[in-house]
Amino acid sequence: MSRKNFLNVAGWFAFFSFLATAVVGAIRLMVPRVLYEAPSAFKAGYPEDYIVGKVNENYKDEYRVWIVREIDGFYALAAICTHLGCTPRWLSLEKMFKCPCHGSGYHKDGVNFEGPTPRPLERLKITLADDGQLLVDRNIKFLYEKQEWSKPDAYLNYG
Amino acid sequence: MLGIVEQLRDKMQRTEVYKSIFRHSYQDTQRNRALQILDNVFLHLHPVRISRHATNIGFTWGMGGITFLLFIILTVTGVILMFYYRPAAEYAYDDMKYLMNDVAFGPLMRNMHRWAAHAMVITVMLHMFRVFLTGSYKAPRQFNWVIGVFLLTLTLFLSFTGYLLPWDQLAIWAVTVGTNMARATPFLGSEGPFGPELGMRIDNDVRFVLLGGTQVGPPTLLRFYVLHCIFLPLIAAVLMTVHFWRIRKDGGISGPDVSTKKF
Ligand code: HEM
Ligand code: FES
Repeated sequence: MSRKNFLNVAGWFAFFSFLATAVVGAIRLMVPRVLYEAPSAFKAGYPEDYIVGKVNENYKDEYRVWIVREIDGFYALAAICTHLGCTPRWLSLEKMFKCPCHGSGYHKDGVNFEGPTPRPLERLKITLADDGQLLVDRNIKFLYEKQEWSKPDAYLNYG
Repeated sequence: MLGIVEQLRDKMQRTEVYKSIFRHSYQDTQRNRALQILDNVFLHLHPVRISRHATNIGFTWGMGGITFLLFIILTVTGVILMFYYRPAAEYAYDDMKYLMNDVAFGPLMRNMHRWAAHAMVITVMLHMFRVFLTGSYKAPRQFNWVIGVFLLTLTLFLSFTGYLLPWDQLAIWAVTVGTNMARATPFLGSEGPFGPELGMRIDNDVRFVLLGGTQVGPPTLLRFYVLHCIFLPLIAAVLMTVHFWRIRKDGGISGPDVSTKKF
């Protein structure tokens, strides 16, 4: 390779490496590393503070989660419509969740009964933390249609 | 009296400045008319001459031209709105309200922008429909059809990104619903075909990049604003330039019968 040839190749190589780095960098830049969103897992107070049979809405605004107290335990429902992601409302008199966007309706246990949604609401992992508080992890989901509601952490047995 | 006006006009037309802007006279000769188009940066994308049928509204419906006019209106009114609108979650909704209630002619500008946006979606579709009906997508115009498909997509993306900017309930939930579809993108979506297999999660897939988060939030507002005001219009303007240039290079607007085309 002559000197002129070498400089030619080296020059173009430098140019394209610079270009490639800049393009890769620009694409990577669009993927944020820090999110200013609510953490995925949160503590939800002590079990004694929940009223049997009631849908607790205290954590809906920040975490989009309902926590339901049954006689024998707890389950957590994601307040995200399984149709296209709006936030349904809990209608305590009618005892159902209704989505304002396209009218999907769900029973208190999360199973859908009307509207365009194809499947029930998702349940979230609910356990007891070391300090005795409820602990909900929104990253771990349990889907009814995959028979996952019977898995251990989908329901917290608590007498 | 008339003498003075004419003298003044004569004098003005001889100045350096005037001759730099209007480079040719109004002499009605073939050569002069061609030069007037060719030597103007704004007009030179046009053909110097067009066939008679190309001016027939019944053939083109003027829909491409109307779409372009709406794009210009949107650009002008949009830039005006930018003087008051701040794309941050704390301000966006209030700025929109401010524009509507307290800015002089604010409602006019905002409504012009909104109605022109709705109209543009309709006219771009009618334009495409017309091109289809007249068979103008056939060779040698197939390339311009492809450019057109991109322009249609860009028009829809412009509408969609603009929809979020008022930052009210309708905006947030409409965009929530719309962007949830991106989850199902093949390969790049966390719920799409082959997505999970390729390691796509809710916090690294294509929807995440679009939203700047896992849900529609303040980063989404800023992203959509930049896309809406800079990125998409810029690409659309470039493609429109190619679109118009291409019409001319493909022999002008297609006609009912090419073999008997008269100029
Ligand atoms: C931003 C959107 C668009 C603008 C501003 C635009 C503008 C124009 C204009 C001004 C013309 C001249 C003829 C007329 O007015 O009908 C034209 C022709 C044409 N357009 Fe578009 N257009 C757009 C989108 C599209 C789309 C969505 C398609 C189809 C997919 C398309 C395909 C064509 C073709 C093939 C021609 C040549 C037609 C002929 O020669 O008869 N354009 N366009
Ligand atoms: S998003 Fe709830 S019904 Fe469509």
